[in-house]
Amino acid sequence: MEFDPVLWGLHLFLLLVAPPFFLGVIAKTKGWFVGRNGPPLLQLYYDLFKLFRKGAVYSKTTSSIFRMAPAAIFILLIFAGLFLPIGGAALLYFRGDIILFAYLLGFTRFLLILAAMDTGSSFEGMGASREVTFGALSELAFFLLLVVLVVTTGALSLNGIFQWESLHSTFKPVFLLLFFSFFLILLTENSRIPIDDPATHLELTMIHEVMILDTSGPDLGFILYGASIKLFLFMTFAVSLLWPQTGGWSWFSLGFFLLKILGVAVAIGVVESSNARLRLIKIPQLLIANFVVTIFALLVAIFGRAL
Amino acid sequence: MNFLIASLITFLAASVFSLLSRGEKPKILFSCFGVVVGSLLGLLPAVQILSGEGSLGEMWFSGIPGLTLALGVDALSAFFLAAIFFLSILISIYSIGYLKGETRLISSYPFFPVLVGAMAAVVMARDGFLFLICWEVMSLASYFLVSVEHDSREVRYAGWIYLIATHLATAFLMVFFILLWKNSGSFLFEDALRRLPLSPSLAGMLFVFAVIGFGTKAGLFPFHVWLPHAHPAAPSPISALMSGVMIKTGIYGILRTLTLVGGPELWWGGLLMILGMLSIVLGILYAFVQEDIKRLLAYSSVENIGIITVAIGLGVMGLAWPNPWIATLGFAGALFHIWNHALFKGILFLSAGNVVRTAHTRQMSLLGGLLKPMPVTGALFFVASAAICGFPLFNGFISEWLIYLGLFQGGQDFNHFSLFLAVAGVVALAFAGGLAIAVFSKAFGVIFLGNCRNRDITKITEVPASMQIPILILGLLSLGIGFVPQMIWGPILLTVQSLHTGFAIEATTIVDSLATISRIVAGIVGGAAVLFLIRYWILRKKPVRLSVTWDCGYIHPTPRMQYGAASFAEPISTFFKPLLKPILHSKHFTEYYGDLAEERFFVPLFKKTTRFFSLLRRLQKSQTQDYLALMFVTLILLLLWEVWFGI
Repeated sequence: MEFDPVLWGLHLFLLLVAPPFFLGVIAKTKGWFVGRNGPPLLQLYYDLFKLFRKGAVYSKTTSSIFRMAPAAIFILLIFAGLFLPIGGAALLYFRGDIILFAYLLGFTRFLLILAAMDTGSSFEGMGASREVTFGALSELAFFLLLVVLVVTTGALSLNGIFQWESLHSTFKPVFLLLFFSFFLILLTENSRIPIDDPATHLELTMIHEVMILDTSGPDLGFILYGASIKLFLFMTFAVSLLWPQTGGWSWFSLGFFLLKILGVAVAIGVVESSNARLRLIKIPQLLIANFVVTIFALLVAIFGRAL
Repeated sequence: MNFLIASLITFLAASVFSLLSRGEKPKILFSCFGVVVGSLLGLLPAVQILSGEGSLGEMWFSGIPGLTLALGVDALSAFFLAAIFFLSILISIYSIGYLKGETRLISSYPFFPVLVGAMAAVVMARDGFLFLICWEVMSLASYFLVSVEHDSREVRYAGWIYLIATHLATAFLMVFFILLWKNSGSFLFEDALRRLPLSPSLAGMLFVFAVIGFGTKAGLFPFHVWLPHAHPAAPSPISALMSGVMIKTGIYGILRTLTLVGGPELWWGGLLMILGMLSIVLGILYAFVQEDIKRLLAYSSVENIGIITVAIGLGVMGLAWPNPWIATLGFAGALFHIWNHALFKGILFLSAGNVVRTAHTRQMSLLGGLLKPMPVTGALFFVASAAICGFPLFNGFISEWLIYLGLFQGGQDFNHFSLFLAVAGVVALAFAGGLAIAVFSKAFGVIFLGNCRNRDITKITEVPASMQIPILILGLLSLGIGFVPQMIWGPILLTVQSLHTGFAIEATTIVDSLATISRIVAGIVGGAAVLFLIRYWILRKKPVRLSVTWDCGYIHPTPRMQYGAASFAEPISTFFKPLLKPILHSKHFTEYYGDLAEERFFVPLFKKTTRFFSLLRRLQKSQTQDYLALMFVTLILLLLWEVWFGI
């Protein structure tokens, strides 16, 4: 893990600057489907710029947890991003960093839930309760997915899994199944349709949006910025599952990588446009079904190893 | 060794003086300071051994012919001694504040030094006979402390269940040690080691007995039924001591058994892993649906004991394969988690004690918003919650990381059924990880955040400093281990190597990884500090207003409208309804979650037993002659048995 300034610079640049753009892409796709123009591609940048210059309104009920959580969530997501190979190799890696990656994401969920409960609002409590349920079920599938990756690739770090230490050939059936499973995890964790509707404004049906009803100003900025980074991390993960980067860093591979992410963003837009949000009671069933798909992937991986 | 003997004598003396003295003050002083002094005396040699100065020699007492009582301390004992003594010091300091005004608890507190001393003696005992004596003293002392508030029916019931559970466990252990004695002709652990090998079937049977006996004390599913009764009944410092270290003596017993009965077989590890996974999954599920904070914490202990047992099972499988790397990861993860759990469960029970002390209720749905009046207690409850969920920055992450790493490695290196178990272990841990977030965001969120739900609870203030400082020390240690985990890797590796002579593994890669984690944690803290500064700088000149929480335009919101404990748990408890089987009391609008093992296994078992023994009741005639005749007949039968079979 020698320090390579170009790699660090590129990685941090992608991690910090690129993510909001892809939310614009999703919004454009959805707009195109319903025959509208959709918001500008750079809309989230404008929003963030606006939010970071604003003051804030806090509820009298809240404590310091509410004030500290958004920035803490943001930094945890950034650090999770250091373990994922984005432009070239990951910036940090060691045996077993997959667990650290998962737990950093888990920590952000814990803080978000506590911040929501800190307001004492029944709506935000409801959102927190749903988030914790669906998060627990999707984490189950995520860890099983990690097991499959570890078993098939023989590596124990994200960097190693995604081809920088050992090679795995693309388009094996295992990886197709894993991609399918992970795509659903992506939709769940990033509160997209059919699990959650990021655009809804009816508090009773929301999960993620309702938890940040009372967040305002720079804190809301951190939350939205962080959410876009989280989506970017998950999209990178999904892309690397199906079609990992090969070799070192080059302008060509960089452009190729961004194209692939763009493809995933469009796919998310298509899914969001062609599906309705599921009834809340159906979501656990969907997530358990997803877990079963991962079990199939595991069986394929193990029988593949035995042959 | 002299220090440890002195420490044991101090505990005994403290208990006797405390029992004999009159008045509340001297009783408290003798029992609490006695424990502090005794624990400090004992901590010194324990730390010395763990820093690698070799184990202490054994001491022998032989008075009765044919029987030798032996004490000794090796790395494994020292590892547990360190936890017992350290937590006991803090709990006795805490007790000084807690005991004020608790007349009934004070009169039972002479048992506190006895309990600490007996726990220490259990891990120091080097022969089966002494071990059983200390084990019984420990169980009885804790029974008297659990059933302090014996005017309440619930507490009497809890004490009764605990007493029965612990004695059934002891019965299995008696059989265990007697079988061992029959094989080697001596109760000494040393001789058991010398006269190996046992036949595989006998070793297997011994192991199963040990798992039942020690597993009951540890709270392993399905033998955990006493935990959710005893912890809410016991006073908080006693819950903390029992959950923090006493149930770990059961784990110690399992680890010690592994050194006594010879080379482990694969199915032993499998058995431990299956029991551990059951404890993890059911423990965390039951924890999530509880209303009573201490019952919730008791079930969370079941879950954590499950994690430790899974790790030990993995280690045993690693030994049996043999795969020293996995064995090291498994045992190291288990030991690390033992210390970690002692730290954060200590914090959780003690700070729950602070809440119960000030709010006079254990029902979470009556509480809320306590972070503001009780900032120190609340902050430490937060630290412990984050630690028990296994988040980086806190100590819980390190042990879970080691265990996960071992399980993942098992997924790569194992085959057949072991592979299945390793994968199932990951799934069980992930399930518990996701639900632990749910359990502790519920506990912390409902008790400490939002507004207080009950208007009758007013004037809540922070507890006195003597009840804050011990928790604060535990919290700082929990953070410290999360920051610099490599600091305690040495003692853990030493203890792992003492378990089995076959570990000659250089675990430098783990030390490197721990150092990396340590640097990343530092980076996260630094980055967060920078972001907080930026946020402060942005908001410095901007208008910052205070307002009410957004309530969708509702005119008259009340704190009772907040999401409570039961509503927070509703989605998951509905999903797992077929498993949890809640009992609804529509008259009181309450829901009660009975325990699967208790209601499906133990209650029917005891009913059947009662029916069977009612036959024997006919022999009961309240006349002395009859009893004398019965005793005579029994003795004759035993004599005949001895003559014919020879025990």
